[in-house]
Amino acid sequence: MSSPTITRTGSSHRIGESAPRPDGIPKARGEFAFSSDLWAERMLWGATLRSPHPSARILSIDISAALAMPGVATVLTAEDVPGLSSFGLEHADQPVLASDVVRYQGEAIALVAADHPDTARKAVAAIRVEYETMAPLSDPRIALDATPIHPEGNLVRHLVIRHGDLDVEGEVQVEGSYEIGMQDQAFLGPESGMAIPTEDGGVELMISTQWLHVDRDQVAACLDLPVDKVHLTLAGVGGAFGAREDVSMQVHLCMLALRTGRPVKMVYSREESFFGHVHRHPAQLWYRHHADRNGRIVKVECRLLFDGGAYRSSSAAVIANAACFSMGPYLVPNAHVDATVVRTNNPTCGAMRGFGAVQTCFAHEAQMDKLADALGMDRIELRLLNALEPGHELITGQVITGTAPVAEVIRTLAAHPLPPAPDSITDSRLLPGGTGRTTDYSDVKRGIGFAVGFKNLCFSEGFDDFSTARVRVDGGIATVKCACAEVGQGFVTLAQQITTEILGVERVDLAPADTSIGSAGSTSASRQTWMSGGAVHAAATAVRDTLIARVARDEGVDITVLELVDGVVRSLDGTINISIVELTTAEPVEEEIEFHHAPTDELDENGQGNAHVSFAFSAHRAVTDVDPELGLVRLVDIATSQEVGRVLNPLQLTGQLEGGTAQGIGLALMEEIIVDESRVRNPSFTDYLIPTMLDLPDLQIAAIIEEPEPGAPFGAKGVGEAPTISSTPAVVAALRNATGLALTRVPVRPEHIALSADHLDD
Amino acid sequence: MTVLSPRTLAEACSAAASNPNADLLAGGTDLMVEVNSGHRRPTDVISLGAIAELREWSIGEDRITIGAGVTFAKIASGELATAAPALAMAARTVGSPQIRNAATLGGNLGTGSPAGDSLPVLAALNASVVLTSVHGQREIPLSEFCVGPKRTDRQPGELITAVRIDRLNGPQEFCKLGTRQAMVISVVSVAVVADTSSTSVRVGLGAVGPVPLRAPEAEAFAAEAINWSGQTSVDTETCRRFAELVRDAARPIDDHRSTAEYRRHATGVLAARALRRIFP
Amino acid sequence: MSDLVSYRLNVNGQDRTVADGRLGESLLYVLRERLGLAGAKNACEQGECGSCSVMVDDELVCSCLVLAASAEGRDIRTIESLAPEGELSYVQQAFVDAGAVQCGFCTPGLIVSVHDLLERQPDATDIEVREALSGNLCRCTGYGRILEAVRIAAAERLADGSESRA
Repeated sequence: MSSPTITRTGSSHRIGESAPRPDGIPKARGEFAFSSDLWAERMLWGATLRSPHPSARILSIDISAALAMPGVATVLTAEDVPGLSSFGLEHADQPVLASDVVRYQGEAIALVAADHPDTARKAVAAIRVEYETMAPLSDPRIALDATPIHPEGNLVRHLVIRHGDLDVEGEVQVEGSYEIGMQDQAFLGPESGMAIPTEDGGVELMISTQWLHVDRDQVAACLDLPVDKVHLTLAGVGGAFGAREDVSMQVHLCMLALRTGRPVKMVYSREESFFGHVHRHPAQLWYRHHADRNGRIVKVECRLLFDGGAYRSSSAAVIANAACFSMGPYLVPNAHVDATVVRTNNPTCGAMRGFGAVQTCFAHEAQMDKLADALGMDRIELRLLNALEPGHELITGQVITGTAPVAEVIRTLAAHPLPPAPDSITDSRLLPGGTGRTTDYSDVKRGIGFAVGFKNLCFSEGFDDFSTARVRVDGGIATVKCACAEVGQGFVTLAQQITTEILGVERVDLAPADTSIGSAGSTSASRQTWMSGGAVHAAATAVRDTLIARVARDEGVDITVLELVDGVVRSLDGTINISIVELTTAEPVEEEIEFHHAPTDELDENGQGNAHVSFAFSAHRAVTDVDPELGLVRLVDIATSQEVGRVLNPLQLTGQLEGGTAQGIGLALMEEIIVDESRVRNPSFTDYLIPTMLDLPDLQIAAIIEEPEPGAPFGAKGVGEAPTISSTPAVVAALRNATGLALTRVPVRPEHIALSADHLDD
Repeated sequence: MTVLSPRTLAEACSAAASNPNADLLAGGTDLMVEVNSGHRRPTDVISLGAIAELREWSIGEDRITIGAGVTFAKIASGELATAAPALAMAARTVGSPQIRNAATLGGNLGTGSPAGDSLPVLAALNASVVLTSVHGQREIPLSEFCVGPKRTDRQPGELITAVRIDRLNGPQEFCKLGTRQAMVISVVSVAVVADTSSTSVRVGLGAVGPVPLRAPEAEAFAAEAINWSGQTSVDTETCRRFAELVRDAARPIDDHRSTAEYRRHATGVLAARALRRIFP
Repeated sequence: MSDLVSYRLNVNGQDRTVADGRLGESLLYVLRERLGLAGAKNACEQGECGSCSVMVDDELVCSCLVLAASAEGRDIRTIESLAPEGELSYVQQAFVDAGAVQCGFCTPGLIVSVHDLLERQPDATDIEVREALSGNLCRCTGYGRILEAVRIAAAERLADGSESRA
């Protein structure tokens, strides 16, 4: 069987260097084992029957024809779920397999295991389900008045933030309504994994996920097994971006393996993947900004309505984030936020890079431009005037105690040179429409847009957020064990760098990420550098302290005269010099640490509380060439400034900024799951378009601002999400600048520009 | 269950005659999508990739004959691109480089999708489709070959063996609109070609009707409006009227890729631009 | 009549037998699941992402769109053929050095495409590279480090032009 382990010899790169990824070589050679590459003797293939209807009663399910097909090992339905019949990331409200009602198109109803993927697919098609279809609840605006589609009702969470004096009025007011379409994470590696029954009656699951332990707990509950009989190992993950935080096939695979007694592999097709994971919440937002004549914001009111789709997933946390960051990185003394996320029969929505802040940033940045225009002020000046600073109070009443160099982020980006506007462009690839030759340079108008955003790092609202790491040094070779899910972001590189930095060892190996150690929490919320990086840092530091204590004991000196430098424990007077190789060959050292960040509070009934541990800030400036007559766009230039605390690996940082920015651009210009009467119209890469290499210019990095964050290991902030937040509004601001249109919805489609009469100055 | 790989056209015709329901496999870029998704389970396949005759082309005085097995990569450059520039422009927009290396002109016709990138150009170039079977050969105009969305006049046992198009004296233009800079399905595509010998202009439209469309009124108007003997530049008013007439020829629908209203609008805009480019 | 087909494929210079395959299996499936060559990846199986790119008779194609049983007698080259065990081709090395690899799922397909591009067009400009690689989707990188890797590989190739290439 091919193994999912990632154990590589590390090089001796320290913090701050562009260390190469330990998995880079096997990935480049095509040898890295992704979850879809798993293979085992006597392996069966799993497949899932999904509802074609977004809302229906299930009257009957007949599996007999499927079961009778040659090559089919088993067919399972809800009756076969051994334990808890539902699962969910924060709350178990989604059936493992639907038995009486289906609440979204693509909901799982039955499972097949067979000798070939096509046999499994045929068997799925042979299962007869009798449905009584119902009109789906498709419009989130009527969800609260509609008949509940779930026993828990259609309201998932309603959150109000009341801050300051709500009766105050600004001399200048601007109002706007905004809408965000449903974005997909569109990772390249579809959901896949393999489950193998174990001799003790348990199961081994190799899976691509963002959070092994929360998967394990849900799987164990649904299988009615103790957690120690459910062992999960991270299989190679082909990207995540939030879409692997919820359980997809995990319980299903284990059910099939336990029933058949054989290894079972499952790989979703791209189409199934669109139905197999949650998406970014579509949102409808209304804002009114109040300012004084000088441009100081005096109050902001907003109403946020997020469509959570059929099940809760992480909707409650997403809406809290949307509300908390609804103002943008500005000082807003008085605010009223009314935020609601509802249940509908649309596809379930949950985590995606930016987690609620993407939606509100699109709106608050459009509002800031509007406000500047209404005041007759420069848009950058307005932002600088209102920029958050350390010591400022957020609308949740929380005072910023860490770093918040918002003004510097804005200033450095605004100072970055703009690309030249050429006299002519004849190469169609450099014009809107690209190789389709739709547009001549004379048809084009250029626009420039600017946006700033911010978001929390790590888990919030009182969640006890922690990660666990173990560092063992044996014969001078360090081995790091942590269940942190490497999904492409490069934690594996940082784990090596941190260990090398602390211990000075020349080689750091990484043990497989699995559930044989404590939880690392999720690879989400820009948290793993801080949390699992912090756990590795703490465990390596504990190893160092143990080694020093041992030498102090053996040599009869005080620990305060000893230090560990470049892999050698030495005394300050130079008389003691013992290498870590020698020390750990005699007696290996192992330390395990559970690392927690500072506790946070829940929000009270007015949305007040110290709910967040830290914040990251970023800004983007976009230059677009627009063909207003056809509504086509070419992104000419995109530049960013971001504050990161401290740079741990410049190359990986660049990769996060570029990749995160690209996803924000995609939302601005093309990416949307089109849902019509709760049915997905475009579940394919033919029709769900993500940017190609021809759609994205080189990202210009105007500034990386380093101000070490108190409390963060090495002072480093997570960097993954911020680039996705401010890029979308910057691109759309550039389109407004070029066209004079209001453009209040993303993605902006060609017809929104070409056929719109909604001008900004109307 | 068989895969037949005939090496000659005659062998292929025999194979098609004895397996009239076999799936015909050219570049595979359409057929395999259906197979991979489980929508089609082939029992017999006739693979046309080994037939050298289908990969040939010849450029005559008035007509160009392109074998059905010629790939879009081949059409996009070289002498075919010189002889039929609009077809080359369309070929460059077919899928990705990987797709263009495999996908064939015959395959594009065989699938007969309204969004097929070559079809509007073939329409404008008065294409005829050569169909061959054991009973002989027939050549029919494109307008008779394409009978509906993904429906063609090819009969069981017949193979698409070649396409014949006009070789024109005059500029040609092709524009395809999609919401990405490359590798995108057509929302609208427009081909405009001019022939100075016959003083005619022809228009082909893609993705705005069940089959590739022509715009006869617009063509007649342009032929009349253009000063063929002297200065060939067209004025704004001519472009505007031409756009209007082309737009009226479109019969678009609403779908998840766009709206009928936008498609109609864009058809006119692209037509005007194409005319402006070929008569600058 | 049997439901299964057996045939031979020439993969990376080796004659491989596929016994009792199903007729509809793509070359991608057969490479990955029957021949143990999992380097080509299955991300969309409709030719829209390039993750499964391989060379067939010196043409870059999506292996998901090649009917495996029709590829008998053709010269199939995969990512596994680009460098000997334990080594990296100059393109693979450039991807690692430039930080072009994140999750890595698109990486093998991209590397096959870049080899093909630089063989045909060693001096491709940035915009030509972008068009040539527009059929290879990447979701992690935003393509910035990938373009940089191609620049590095192209420079390396030109500087080292006389040597035979992996």
